[in-house]
Amino acid sequence: MTVRTAEARRANGPTEEPGRTPERRRKWRRSPYVPWLFLAPALILIFYFKYLPMAYGLRMSFYEVRGYLGDLYVGGQNYSDIVTDDKFTAAAWHSVVLAVGTTAGSMFFGLILALLLEGSSRTLWFVRTAAFLPVVTTIAVAAEVWRILYHPAADGPLNSILGLIGISPQPFLADEQSSLLSVMGVGIWRGAPYDMMIFLAGLAGVDRSLYESSAVDGANTWHRFRHVTVPALRPVFAILITLAAIRGIRVFTEVFLLTNGAPNGSTEVLMTLIYKLGLQQGKLGIAAAGSILLFGATVVLTVAVRALRRREV
Amino acid sequence: MSAERFDTVLGLAYRRGAVARILVILLYAILVLVFAGPLVALMIGAFSKVVDPTGFSLIPEGGFTLRNFIAAGDRNVYHYLFNSFVVVGFGLLLQMLVSVFAAYALARHKMRLAALIMLIILATMMLPEEVIAIPLSVVLADLPPFDLDLIGTYAGMILPVGAWGFSILVMTEFMKEVPVELEEAARIDGAGELRTFFSVILPLCRPALGVIGVFGFTMIWDQYLLPLIVATDATQYTLPIALRTLRSDEEVGIGVLLAASMLALLPSVIAFLAFQRQFVRGLTSGAVKG
Repeated sequence: MTVRTAEARRANGPTEEPGRTPERRRKWRRSPYVPWLFLAPALILIFYFKYLPMAYGLRMSFYEVRGYLGDLYVGGQNYSDIVTDDKFTAAAWHSVVLAVGTTAGSMFFGLILALLLEGSSRTLWFVRTAAFLPVVTTIAVAAEVWRILYHPAADGPLNSILGLIGISPQPFLADEQSSLLSVMGVGIWRGAPYDMMIFLAGLAGVDRSLYESSAVDGANTWHRFRHVTVPALRPVFAILITLAAIRGIRVFTEVFLLTNGAPNGSTEVLMTLIYKLGLQQGKLGIAAAGSILLFGATVVLTVAVRALRRREV
Repeated sequence: MSAERFDTVLGLAYRRGAVARILVILLYAILVLVFAGPLVALMIGAFSKVVDPTGFSLIPEGGFTLRNFIAAGDRNVYHYLFNSFVVVGFGLLLQMLVSVFAAYALARHKMRLAALIMLIILATMMLPEEVIAIPLSVVLADLPPFDLDLIGTYAGMILPVGAWGFSILVMTEFMKEVPVELEEAARIDGAGELRTFFSVILPLCRPALGVIGVFGFTMIWDQYLLPLIVATDATQYTLPIALRTLRSDEEVGIGVLLAASMLALLPSVIAFLAFQRQFVRGLTSGAVKG
């Protein structure tokens, strides 16, 4: 059907559109509306689902949101409420610890992975592909699998493995002392292979002749790494720190599924707290204020890293 | 000393000698086990008779069974999977169309405001979706000026993922590289605006389409907070947000969670393996430019 109409159109094309002379078409081409028509869907969607919520959020953060009763202007009350809330300060602290720990851990292990798995052999390609799987794993699945692995019983999956090398059973997510570290572990498991790929792209840009000439000059592997590789990777470090820090501070899904703040609030992060305040307790204004503060933190972080980078270069 | 020894910093793969070889292979095995092991155990576990976390391993006891997938049917897992496919199917289609259209305007037309519009789009990439989640739920409940309520609908999960800065950026950068001569040739041959777009520009952009396709798929498949906000009851759940309701089952214990997790995992892994080159290219280019 479609083929036939397409053919028919091709056959009658010129007679069907007698008015469309090249001049007219050129005029159409010059029309200023065409690019706007192409842009319209993107701009409408971005307006409705990015900028409008942002504006709503900003407004809501100054109001007590009461649904049908109408919103009540409360000035900075929501902000002062939330920053004086011990739960919020604790959550902010956990978010920062989690972001810093996950970022540092992912970069450290990512760099080691990249150095170990750099090369073009088929075996290495296979190992890299396997190591990269956590990155493409749906976060929800990763969280559920790790909940199982972290099972705190002595014969839980991870505890059984630790037992083999003589480490006593750990409570992981079930204990206040180890819960945040355990959440961090999942973040690093997913983050390290991601960072590995970025490092590998950076390593591919290192001048090979430098390795060889430094070897001729008597440098060993460590010197080669320290004085040739690390300087070449400097921009990569900066990019990864920015990306990971922002991603870390606004973490939600992993924490929501692994612990949802438990035990005793020891893993409560900003987003899980905001979610609870806003969507479970209906304190939309206070939740919005928290969101705006979180946004402010990501902006400050981004600008700070950019500024540091510029000074370095 | 051979030259290939300097292809990498450590030159690990080129170490000779039996002991070094064995150590290197052992190291590779440990890495594969750490990163892929849990996922392989999940895939195996989904087909095993494991009922509680202590039985979860690479070699579970009890042999092969399909009972987890049968139990999954009783727990509506296939309905959640269907929801996920609807959202990812229409969402990805919308996202790719929106991206190529916007990119075409930004890359191929001389617009005075192009720089400003690019900035508006790029700024959304700096705006974490978590930050706008709470107000987004309010916007979705009452979309001005139409008073549309998208809470509890597929549209509520699909429309917000329609415009993604990353896709638009990748597409725009790529389209700038397509030679203008080809477009002019098509025009001289009598092709109109849409015709030129679909039969000349788009086919040339196939590599970039691969990148935004596989990234868009992973991004939408991985959505968590958005469907959580939009879904009002369990029948509207996508598979990822349904997982936490499936943690135990009277008959098969964690078996139903393993089966559902495997179904949630498989599409993204297949997408990655099938489009690995595009994936790595998009990852590095996106990170370097972001």
